[in-house]
Amino acid sequence: MSGYAIRLQELTKDYAVGFWRPSPVRALDGVSLDVQPGEVLGYLGPNGAGKTTTLKLLMQLVYPTSGRAEILGRPAGDVETRRRLGYLPELPYFYDNLTAEELLVYFGGLFGFSSADARRRASTLLDRAGLGAERRRQLRKYSKGMLQRVGIAQALVNDPEVVFLDEPMSGLDPVGRRDTRELIRSLGEEGRTIFFSSHILSDAEALCSRVAIVAQGRLAATGRLADLAFETKGWELVVTGTDDGALEALGLDTATTQVDGRYVIDLPVDRPPDQLLPELSRRGLRVVSLTPRRESLEDFFMRLVAHREETAS
Amino acid sequence: MAVIPRIAVHVFKESVRDKVLYNLVLFAVLLIVASYLIGQLTAGQEVKIIKDLGLGATQVFGLFIAVFIGIGLVSKEVERRSIYSLLAKPVRRHELILGKYAGLVLTLAVNIAVMAVALYAVLGYMSWVETEEFRQSWEAPATDPAMLLAVFLVFTQLMLVTAIALFFSTFSSPILSAVLTFGLYVVGHFNADLRNFENVVDSPTAAYLARALYYVLPNLAPFDIRAEVVHAQPVTLGYVALTTGYAAAYIGALLLGAMFIFSRRDFK
Repeated sequence: MSGYAIRLQELTKDYAVGFWRPSPVRALDGVSLDVQPGEVLGYLGPNGAGKTTTLKLLMQLVYPTSGRAEILGRPAGDVETRRRLGYLPELPYFYDNLTAEELLVYFGGLFGFSSADARRRASTLLDRAGLGAERRRQLRKYSKGMLQRVGIAQALVNDPEVVFLDEPMSGLDPVGRRDTRELIRSLGEEGRTIFFSSHILSDAEALCSRVAIVAQGRLAATGRLADLAFETKGWELVVTGTDDGALEALGLDTATTQVDGRYVIDLPVDRPPDQLLPELSRRGLRVVSLTPRRESLEDFFMRLVAHREETAS
Repeated sequence: MAVIPRIAVHVFKESVRDKVLYNLVLFAVLLIVASYLIGQLTAGQEVKIIKDLGLGATQVFGLFIAVFIGIGLVSKEVERRSIYSLLAKPVRRHELILGKYAGLVLTLAVNIAVMAVALYAVLGYMSWVETEEFRQSWEAPATDPAMLLAVFLVFTQLMLVTAIALFFSTFSSPILSAVLTFGLYVVGHFNADLRNFENVVDSPTAAYLARALYYVLPNLAPFDIRAEVVHAQPVTLGYVALTTGYAAAYIGALLLGAMFIFSRRDFK
C-alpha cells in the first residue's frame, strides 16, 4: 500500500482523432500527482485542460496510453476498490424511466445492499442532496440542476472513502451552488478524500486544502491556492449612496456601470482598496461588495509556461 | 442478489416502461380484430390463417422489440453517458453485457408469452364457437400444442437477433446498429442460398466466398416452422433441440465478441 489515497504517475492519454487516417491527440501529458487520505483537492483548469480525461482514467472509463493511476493503493479500475469510491460524472444523465429513488436503490443494489437498506440509504441521500417530493418523479422530467443533485446523491450511495466529483457545480443555480459547496465541505469534514474538478477558481477557494492546476493536458502547479501567486489585476467595487460627483471627488472613474443606484467600479491594481475604504465610509457611501479580479487559470498557466521558457533559455 | 441479475431486472423494468407494453396491447387488439375479419372472409381456412398470422405477428413484434430495445441497451447508454455512473460501481464490463442481455431476454420472454396467450385465446374462442362437425374438418386442433414449438423457436431466433443487436451496439451508433441488425436478419433468412451458390456462378472464388459466408453468417430460416405447424406436419423434438443448440453456440460467440470489444473500449 502506497499510503496515498490517490496517486497518478506520469499519466498520459492520447485519443485517436479522424476516421480514415486517425492521428493521436494528447489529452493528458505525463501528469503525476499524490493525494493524501482525507484531503480535499481541487483539480482546476480551463475547459479542455484534461480534467475530465483524468477522472475518466481514474474510473477506468478510458485506458491510459502510458503511466499509472492508483486509488487506495490499488490500480484504477480494480472492482473491489470501487466499493469504496464515489463518482459524479460531468453533466450526469441517467435512465429516463426511473425515478431518483429507484435509481439510487438500483445503484445501492450493485454494491450488495438489500432492497430495504438501499431504500433507506436512498431516502437519506436524497434529503442530503436537497431533493424533496420530486424524487418519485421520472428522471426525464428533471431539470439539469436536479439531475446534478441526483448525481451527487448516487455518488454517495455506498458511503465512499474517496469521492470524485467532475464539475459538481455545473448546471446549478446560486442556491444549488451554495448547497453543493456545503455538501462537499461536510464530506471533507467527515474525513473523506475529495477530488473535485472545476474551471472556476472561487469554487476551490472556499473548499480546498490544496489545488492542482492543469492546462493543455499538463500539470502546471500544485499547492495551497494562497501560495500559488495568482496575479491580482484589480478589484471590482460595488457601492451605493453616491453620485457621479462624489465618485469624481474621490478620483474614481465615473464611467462606471450604474444599476438601481449601485455603482460598479473597476479599481486598477495600483489603487488598492485599503486606503479607499475608510474614505468611502466617511463620505457616507456604503460598500455592497469588493471582489479581487484575478488572472484566469488559463492566464496563470500561460504565464507559468512563459516564465519557465524564459528561465530555461 | 448478484450483479448480473440486478442489471437484468433493471433492464426489464426500463424496457417495460419504454412503451413495450403498448406494443403488446396493440398486437393483441390487432390479432383479435384480424381474426374476426378473416373469419368473415374465408371459408374453412380461418384457423390456419389465424395461426399463420398470429405466429407471424409474434415474430415481427418480437423482432422490433429485440432490435429497438437491443440496440439501445449499450449504445444509448454510452451516447447518453449514463454508463459513466454505472461503470464506476463495482460492475465488471462483461457483467454489464451479460446483465443487459439477460434483461432483454427476460423482456422478450414475457412479451412472447403474452402474445402466445393472446393467440391461444383467439383460437380457443374459434374452437368454442364452431360445431363439432366443423372442427373435425380442421387439419389440426385450433389450440394445437405443436404451436408452442413454433413459438419457442421464434423466441430462440429472437434471442439470437438480440445478441446480434447487442454485439453491434457495443461499438457502433444506435442507427447503424439497427441497420446492421436488420441487414443480418434479412440475410439470415436467405442464407441457405449461399450454400449452393456454385450452381449459379462459374467463378470458384465467388463460390468459395459464398460458402465461407454461409458458415459465418447466422442461418435464421430453420427457426421458422410456421408452415409445418399450420399444416400439421410433424416437427421432431430432435430438430428443435438441434436448432436451439445452433442458436446457443451462435449467441455464445456473439456475447464473447461483445464482451471482448466492450472490455477494451474507451468511453470518451
